[in-house]
Amino acid sequence: MKRRGFLAAAGAAFVAGCNKVADSDAGARLLSAAEKWHMGAHRLLSNGEALAPEYPRSAISPYFRGNGSVDPQNGDYPRHVEEGFANWRLTVGGLVENPLALTLDNIRRLPQRSQVTRHDCVEGWSAIGEWTGPQLSLLLDEAQLRPEAQFIVFRCADNLNGQDYYESVDLIDAYHPQTIIAHSLNGEPLPVRNGAPLRMRIERQLGYKHAKYLTAIEAVASLDDIGEGQGGYWEDRAGYQWYAGI
Amino acid sequence: MKKHALSTRLWHWLNLLCVIVLFMSGLTISNAHRLLYWGDWGFDRSQAWLEVPRFPDWMTIPGYYSLAVARDWHILMAWPFALGLLFMWIAMLANRHFKRDLTTTRREWRPKAIRTDIVEHLKLNFDHGEGKYNFLQKLAYGLVLGVFLPMMVFTGIAISPGMEPTFGWLVDLLGGRQSARSLHFIFAFTILGFFIVHVALVLLSGPIGQIRSMLTGGSTDEA
Repeated sequence: MKRRGFLAAAGAAFVAGCNKVADSDAGARLLSAAEKWHMGAHRLLSNGEALAPEYPRSAISPYFRGNGSVDPQNGDYPRHVEEGFANWRLTVGGLVENPLALTLDNIRRLPQRSQVTRHDCVEGWSAIGEWTGPQLSLLLDEAQLRPEAQFIVFRCADNLNGQDYYESVDLIDAYHPQTIIAHSLNGEPLPVRNGAPLRMRIERQLGYKHAKYLTAIEAVASLDDIGEGQGGYWEDRAGYQWYAGI
Repeated sequence: MKKHALSTRLWHWLNLLCVIVLFMSGLTISNAHRLLYWGDWGFDRSQAWLEVPRFPDWMTIPGYYSLAVARDWHILMAWPFALGLLFMWIAMLANRHFKRDLTTTRREWRPKAIRTDIVEHLKLNFDHGEGKYNFLQKLAYGLVLGVFLPMMVFTGIAISPGMEPTFGWLVDLLGGRQSARSLHFIFAFTILGFFIVHVALVLLSGPIGQIRSMLTGGSTDEA
């Protein structure tokens, strides 16, 4: 009994020590530096254009799980659902020469890319689906990024636990050939649970980067003034890693 | 008993720290989605081959449920763990520790010799002639260094979506991402199994001398 008490106390002291390190300034810096080392290693080992695996249609999962917001009830979203998204607009703005406002028809008429890819949630599960939509690079080229632009921010219609969802990527992932604005899943318009009418696909990162219910794309020089400054809803709210390729 | 090389001792303690932090933060990550699958995909009970129990908070880092903080620790300690293992392999090939102490001979693989070794272990007789390690020790340390620990690194790489454009062949070799995730879990618990047996045998064979020799290198006559 004594020995078990000793082990439990040693374990608790060890966890308390880890938490003390994580809460210190130097510890927090070290933990976020490690995330950057992974990103650096991933970028070093593969070129910026290297593709995530694409699967044959036969590999598609029978159902595509939704997570986070699956049926937003805030703001105008329920009205848009009723209207079949006929009045939905996607704006492209921020540090661009030529701001855009696109309807779903405009988006469907652009050159399209279809890809059967695997979606990996940070929690651990995966699902495979076929996504269709224009590459983000097409819209960014049309809007003409200003040279100061460093990041692309995705604004979303869903409000989760009192905060508007948003996400961001750097220009390497924004211009990646598989980074598309998907309007279809498995050949059908996106279901509400998967982000209708538009969602991002950022295929080399985890699911929380793939912003759903997309309303605006914004080019910015820094993420400091966006949301609480960490680059995304979960990054701000729970301390998730901004680089979600790990 | 020959001395433990400085590289062995440094790696041993660094690796212990890494494995403990990775294992305990890994339990939090497991709690985030307690189902394991084979193949490329899986997201609910009907596809799972195993539902893992929820690990209580006191077993986990950070001691309460935070997937983000657990991933922070996992992401940090993966570096000294993987680089330390690479360093240990280079060191034990260079200083011939691997060839001299861990390589088994054909004679040791004869069933009779293996049976004798098992019987001596069960009798808790740890006196084994002139070699540094007996057959079961060579086998255990060889499997840990050569299979279990490296598999943690390889399956970890295979679960990372940012690595997949480069290491897609590795994900295929492991049978898909969810298979790699299942194997990551299986090898983690295999290492826990080794850890328990290893600590038990250290305790049974004179823990003070054993721990001192892993700290200082040890003298020639210690067990």
